[in-house]
Amino acid sequence: MRANLSAKRLRGGAANLPHYTVLMAVSVIMLIPFVWMLSTSLKEPADIFVFPPRLLPSPIRWANYSDVITSMPFHLFYWNSVYIAALVTAGTVFFASLAGYAFARIPFRGGNLVFLMLLSTMMIPNEVIAIPMFLFMRDIGWINTHLPLIVLPIFGAGGVFGVFVMRQFFLSIPKELEEAAMIDGCSRMRIYLTIMLPLAKPAIATLVIFTFLTSWNDFFDPLIFINDRELMTLPLALSMFTNESGTSWHLLMSASVMATLPLLIVFFFAQKQFIEGVSMTGLKE
Amino acid sequence: MSSMERLETGMARRRSKKKASRHSRGDHLTGWLFISPLVLGFILLLLVPLGMALYMSLTDWPLLGQAHFVGLDNYTSIISDQEFWTVLGNTLYFAAGLVPLNIILALLLAVLLARNIKGAGLFRTIIFIPVMTSLVVWSIVWKYMFATDSGFINQLLQLIGLTGPSWLYDTRLAMPVVIVTSLLKNVGLNMVLFIAALQQVPVQLYEAARIDGAGRIRTFFTITIPMITPTIFLTVIMTIIGSLKVFGQIYVMTQGGPSGSTKVLVYTIWEKAFKLFEFGYASALAYVLFIIILLLTLVQWQLRKRWVLHES
Repeated sequence: MRANLSAKRLRGGAANLPHYTVLMAVSVIMLIPFVWMLSTSLKEPADIFVFPPRLLPSPIRWANYSDVITSMPFHLFYWNSVYIAALVTAGTVFFASLAGYAFARIPFRGGNLVFLMLLSTMMIPNEVIAIPMFLFMRDIGWINTHLPLIVLPIFGAGGVFGVFVMRQFFLSIPKELEEAAMIDGCSRMRIYLTIMLPLAKPAIATLVIFTFLTSWNDFFDPLIFINDRELMTLPLALSMFTNESGTSWHLLMSASVMATLPLLIVFFFAQKQFIEGVSMTGLKE
Repeated sequence: MSSMERLETGMARRRSKKKASRHSRGDHLTGWLFISPLVLGFILLLLVPLGMALYMSLTDWPLLGQAHFVGLDNYTSIISDQEFWTVLGNTLYFAAGLVPLNIILALLLAVLLARNIKGAGLFRTIIFIPVMTSLVVWSIVWKYMFATDSGFINQLLQLIGLTGPSWLYDTRLAMPVVIVTSLLKNVGLNMVLFIAALQQVPVQLYEAARIDGAGRIRTFFTITIPMITPTIFLTVIMTIIGSLKVFGQIYVMTQGGPSGSTKVLVYTIWEKAFKLFEFGYASALAYVLFIIILLLTLVQWQLRKRWVLHES
């Protein structure tokens, strides 16, 4: 019996070998860009072309990082990306959960119809709206400001998606909780703030990650609305730097590491939430 | 019943009715109040621009000055423009390359990881990292990996005595490079969606298949695939839509070159609108994209509706 079992396990292990080979190969391919990025970011400019390629740079040139920071207003790009993403996230969570609660729980005339209409606009490609939006923003003097990058995602397609996610969550909360509070004479706003919002923490966490990442990585909108260097977000600044710097790869890689590393660290501590949050894109299209 | 009593019950009824209607009127107001910021945004930032883009596509809208109504001129010139067909062809080439590779690789990885083998969590995490990395950063790094002289790929090739091509400067190779870069960026997303779907398949089905003596490959094609077909279809459509909108990696890696070989639809829309300021033509082009995506979305909704009904 035991021999049989271990033979089975052995066979299982051997059968898993091709699986592990595939998984290892794909994982290595996924990691190489990051390793190479990190390695190049610490190389002397001359070492970049050295053959055979060296993974561990010698000497290690930390100065690449300070070079990047002094050669461009990197702290501004960083700050722009962080504060825009933070405002978009806060705004989306607030307005989307408010509307999501109303759609899920308040019976009001036209609610379902409006919800369906909102839902159907989620598939409108941003690229179609971008041209009139550019002219609109120009007319109200918002070009080359951060306002379109903050306002459009909160109240546009991103907000609509948030409503959908929050509504689905609120629908799953038992009605009894609310009814008890209603009998006690609580107003809708109070029920929303003191009962529903605290319950919605998991859904909000997912929405926060999704919204923050979408804003943080957004490229098309900043490209259209921002001209001044000081106002650029990280992705836009990096893309401009790519075209300007030609082949100073070591500096470009230092900048890329600085733009990527903080998020990667957060990701490793909250993987489950991140994967859930990003997978919501699957619902979106 | 005395008239007094009748009066009282009538008043009570009226009162309770009044109370109920006041309550629902309150709900009505609160409901609209709660959704009003988003409804306003939806009208001003989605519906109006959508209509506006349609109108602009029927004009010769310039950067400054008066626009003239030109009817369908923009659309007819798109159709007769050789560049449009090249661009559409490039976009379809990208989609045709990316979608099957993405779905097959994602499915393969999901099947390998759904069975909770040792280290599954770690592999899943690693494969998912590019999904949350900025597309711009990912494209920059791969542009560097494929650089002709100092790129990692060509240095590897040199190690085994080969001279690598100048990938992104070769009209035949640039698009495949962009496709591979995009594949690696996004395969983790579909993988995660497939893992979720695979974990929904009832274990009893697999057990029954094993008792019936079905092998692994047979089980995969007769049980696994049919059970997750809804997810596969939805993922395929989602990936097609995504690939029709490809922009960032093209902008960073090739700028549409060499000699237009990677120029895709959205890149052309961006170029026409925001570099050449031909807003009318660009809007018409954007509407062509919109209609293609609309059709795909309708197919998707139809499928989703059928499957949801089917499941319940």
